[in-house]
This record gives sequence, structure tokens and C-alpha cells, in this order.
Amino acid sequence: MNNYELMVIFTPVLSEEDYKVAQKKFADLIKETGGTVTHENPWGLRSLAYPIQKKTTGMYLVLEYSAPSDLNEKLKIQLNRDENVLRHMITALDKYAVEYNGRKRHGVSADSKTVEA
Amino acid sequence: MAVKQEIKYLTAVKTEKRQKKYCRFKKMGIKYVDYKDAEFLKKFLNDQGKMLPRRITGNSLKFQRKVAQAIKKARQMALLPYVTDLLK
Repeated sequence: MNNYELMVIFTPVLSEEDYKVAQKKFADLIKETGGTVTHENPWGLRSLAYPIQKKTTGMYLVLEYSAPSDLNEKLKIQLNRDENVLRHMITALDKYAVEYNGRKRHGVSADSKTVEA
Repeated sequence: MAVKQEIKYLTAVKTEKRQKKYCRFKKMGIKYVDYKDAEFLKKFLNDQGKMLPRRITGNSLKFQRKVAQAIKKARQMALLPYVTDLLK
């Protein structure tokens, strides 16, 4: 069971409850096919650094989960089929990443360095 | 014609000691560069959004590569622009 992190950008035209429905859909998909969602982090509406498909804002969603290695293929099929997903990215998390995310969730953010280089 | 070494300067030529560069990741003990943290990654970009070379950021090779990977992921997910002006 390795750890992965899925980041999805939905179209901004999505209403609030559609956003929740889409969120739940992916979380349930992971749970059914043998994965466990460790953390769900919806960022909501954010402006994009450059327009994607002529849209300048998007609804971000970050899902951290641990799953068997064959689950991602099924996930990708769903993500590509879903038309209100603008872009998605699945990254594998090594142990430092998992520890970092855990620490970040408990308020202690390791990366915000006050002292400048 | 005064010979080169005979020229005396009024004040001593001050050669300021260049501050020793260090890798901030090793110093701070950071092990993972998070691609979601756009503010932190902006420190490694110039104002056109291009990545700064190692000789300027002072990173060690291992962490410069991690930062490069994180920046490319952030650009892919539209957290950082590929090219812009006046990024900061």
C-alpha cells in the first residue's frame, strides 16, 4: 500500500454541491477499490496562473490516500472520462512527504522559514 | 611611468569577504519540497518565472533537483506560471 496524492482542478462553473458530489465521488472510488483516504483537502475556487481551456479560475481539490499500486489506473480512467475535470495529477509520496503532510496538518509547517538564505 | 606595484592607494583596497553560500535545505533539515507551496517555490524563480541556477540559489545538487521537480509540478497544476513578467 503506497501513498499517493491526487490533485484535481474542476471547472469554476461547478456549483458548491456539485463540487462536493465530485469530491465524494473520487473519495468513494478510492475506498471501494481497496484504498484508504487519509486526508481530503478542498481548496475551493482559486485563480489559475495561466488560463486552462479558456478558464482563468478553477476549483482545486487535494486528496491524500494510500492504495494498492493498481488503483491509479482505474482512477485515471474516471478522471479522463469526467468532463468537469480540467486537469489532474497523481504524485507518489515518499516517507518524507507523508511525514511533511502530517506535520503540516497539525499546524507545524516545516517549510515556512522565517530566516532568509 | 610609475611601475605597477609602486602605486600606493590612499585607502587599502577593501576586498569584502564573500558570504559563504549554504544549502538552506540541509541547514534547516527540510527533507521534502512541497509542490503545493507556491510561495516558497517563488524564492527559486526570477521575476520572469524562470528557475534560478544553483550558483545563485546556493542549493546542493540533490535539493536543486527536488526544487526543479516541484516547480515543474506546480507549473503543470497552474500554481506557478510558465512565463510571466513581474512575478514577485
